[in-house]
Amino acid sequence: MTRLLLFLVGGIFFLAACGSEKDPSESLNSFLEELPYSKLSEYGFFESPLAQQLPKKEVIPYDLNTPLFSDYTHKRRFFRLPVGGKIKYHQKEVFDFPVGSILIKTFSLFDDIRFPEKGERLLETRLLVKGKTGWKAYPYIWNEEQTEALYDSVGDILELSWVHSDGVEKKNSYVVPNTNECKGCHDYSGKLTLIGPKAKHLNQHFQDLEKTNSNQLVLWQKKGILLGLPKPSSLPYLANWNSPNNSLEKRARAYLDVNCAHCHNPKGPANNSGLDLRSEQNNLANIGVFKAPVAAGRGSGGLNYDIVPGKPEESILLYRMKSTNPEIAMPEFGRGLVHEEGVELIRRWIANMPLSGKDSGE
Amino acid sequence: MFRITLWIFILVLLGCGEEKSKSTSLSSTEVKPWLITPGKKADREIQRAFLEVKPGQVINIAAGHYEFSRRLTLDIPEVTVRGAGADKTIFSFRKQKVGSEGFLVTQGKFVLESLAIEDTKGDGIKVKGADNVTLRSVRVEWTRGPHEENGGYGIYPVQCQNVLIEKCIAIGASDAGIYVGQSKNIIVRNNQARKNVAGIEIENSRFADVYKNDLTENTGGILVFDLPNLPVMGGGHIRVFQNKVYKNNQKNFAAKGNIVAKVPTGTGMMVMANNQVEIFSNEVFSHQTTNLALVSYMATNKKYDDPSYDPYPEGIFIHDNLFSDGGTDPQGEIGSLLAPLFQKIPDIVWDGMVDPQKMVEGKIPAELGIYLKDNAGATFANFNLLGLLQGSRAIDRDIKKYTGELPSLSAVKLP
Repeated sequence: MTRLLLFLVGGIFFLAACGSEKDPSESLNSFLEELPYSKLSEYGFFESPLAQQLPKKEVIPYDLNTPLFSDYTHKRRFFRLPVGGKIKYHQKEVFDFPVGSILIKTFSLFDDIRFPEKGERLLETRLLVKGKTGWKAYPYIWNEEQTEALYDSVGDILELSWVHSDGVEKKNSYVVPNTNECKGCHDYSGKLTLIGPKAKHLNQHFQDLEKTNSNQLVLWQKKGILLGLPKPSSLPYLANWNSPNNSLEKRARAYLDVNCAHCHNPKGPANNSGLDLRSEQNNLANIGVFKAPVAAGRGSGGLNYDIVPGKPEESILLYRMKSTNPEIAMPEFGRGLVHEEGVELIRRWIANMPLSGKDSGE
Repeated sequence: MFRITLWIFILVLLGCGEEKSKSTSLSSTEVKPWLITPGKKADREIQRAFLEVKPGQVINIAAGHYEFSRRLTLDIPEVTVRGAGADKTIFSFRKQKVGSEGFLVTQGKFVLESLAIEDTKGDGIKVKGADNVTLRSVRVEWTRGPHEENGGYGIYPVQCQNVLIEKCIAIGASDAGIYVGQSKNIIVRNNQARKNVAGIEIENSRFADVYKNDLTENTGGILVFDLPNLPVMGGGHIRVFQNKVYKNNQKNFAAKGNIVAKVPTGTGMMVMANNQVEIFSNEVFSHQTTNLALVSYMATNKKYDDPSYDPYPEGIFIHDNLFSDGGTDPQGEIGSLLAPLFQKIPDIVWDGMVDPQKMVEGKIPAELGIYLKDNAGATFANFNLLGLLQGSRAIDRDIKKYTGELPSLSAVKLP
């Protein structure tokens, strides 16, 4: 009895001695310290078999209005919050995720992109993990047998072939980024950051696994994982680049925002170019109209300005979208193929752009 | 019973101590020397080293030939990457499929020395946004020589501070062999650049010393530029001295649209729109367009829309240089503008553009002027671009009017 009492006293003492240094979420900390696991399955995000990518209850699938073009791959997006964790809403910036959050993105390629049901090959799963000091990127590459994805910080180049939308076989050297290259895009003022989870990208109707059909953000709010959501009518919205319901202007600016502005923003990796392609940028010179290139090297293609209104073929922006040469192509990473549909959108947008009172050409 | 209490005490101490010892062991990580030798997977080993290296460590790369199919990236501070010599440790990007440069570095206290980077698809080595960067005895080369499909910049620090580039060699860049952009506190010395469009270019940067470099066979030897629509503008406080700049008559092979495509073939030095530039004790000779051009951004005939940009070169002091044998066969747009005006283009030409808004009683303040002194018989002309554009030729060859001096600029000191 006395012993037990003493033990208890000792236990209290123990807590008092170390309590100030111990985090209540000790298990979360030790979990974060173990990362990255060498196998994707170790995280327990998915039901078995792993390749079906069926998320467990606590893993939430989501979607974006306009996705980044990634060489015609299909992307599945999910996140998992730490127990009790909640996301904080922001009107303009990316949402604030709690420490311990993991964003999960799996890239796959359909054998025939006209008929997804015919089968697919899983390529890689990228994780972004919010640790105590910020986000970290961990790339996993799927094995040939499609039973597991293995961590590899160095990335890889995968030789792929598939049947394309025109029914013809297409080939690509698909690049799995290394952890630094993840930051090449996910960089804001030198820190790894999220790109997708902003209100303007997430504000859309979504059918969740329980077949509830509602605004995606409202669904999150109902689940109790999103704090501070304003009423749906005041949510910002970035167009779906491929939807005829949106104007050409809105679709083009949405496309450029998602495909370019992660680097081309005032605090992004390409800020030295002075080009800002965020959808909220309204200054024409900043989005490239009659803006001379800087440090573009061969990327200028012998052209004088990023955008010449009415003249897509004289616009460096389009020229770089149409190239697959590593020195010329934009985005400079993550695209080995020309996105024909995206090129056509931007071509039409520039062709229809008014001259805005300035004389054209030199 | 007392024993048990003691035991608990010890437990408590152990429990707390464990965490402490863990954190000390983390901070005093043993400095493991990295050594990478040639081999089939050396390219992956090098990238892996760049991902796993700890601050303060050195990565040694043995002599040999290394092939890369994608660019290298380093995002860890305080790393030294050291080869066995610029002609011994060769990184070849001949088969590069991915990446717009050979090697991208994004952290400071970085040292790269004694290796070569060859045939990258885009730029050779780019260092972005870093403080304290040393590039020493590095060779960046496009081995086929001048070609319009060569990468743009050879050695390329941008948005950096405290930059030292020395004993490097740059050959074949389709823009600038050695380029420092949007940076401050820069020393570029004892380098060689040849067969590039620009040998050395200092752009939108402040506080740079460019000296004892050897520049030949480029389109233009040394360029000091300030350009509009950039996050960092107001380039100035640049000293260019004791350089040997000669026979830079390589036909311009830059992509049109780039600012260097405007540099006339056969330009020794060119200052564009930069303020506070002191050019002295250089030896500049045998340039077919001109040995030294001072121009405003207007001379490029390019549009810009940037009210915060100052397009005029101001506060330029040129003294004690040796100019000879220039201007016999002017090239490019600027060359064809000048050709009808002179039998032989003078050693030093200025486009004469001044900012009307800075005039005080019809004159530019003394500290914003262009001054020449003791340039051993160099010839000079203000070719009056504004007049030319309006159809009149009011060339001013009276060198006495421009003879004078500005206070010498202070030397750049690196930490």
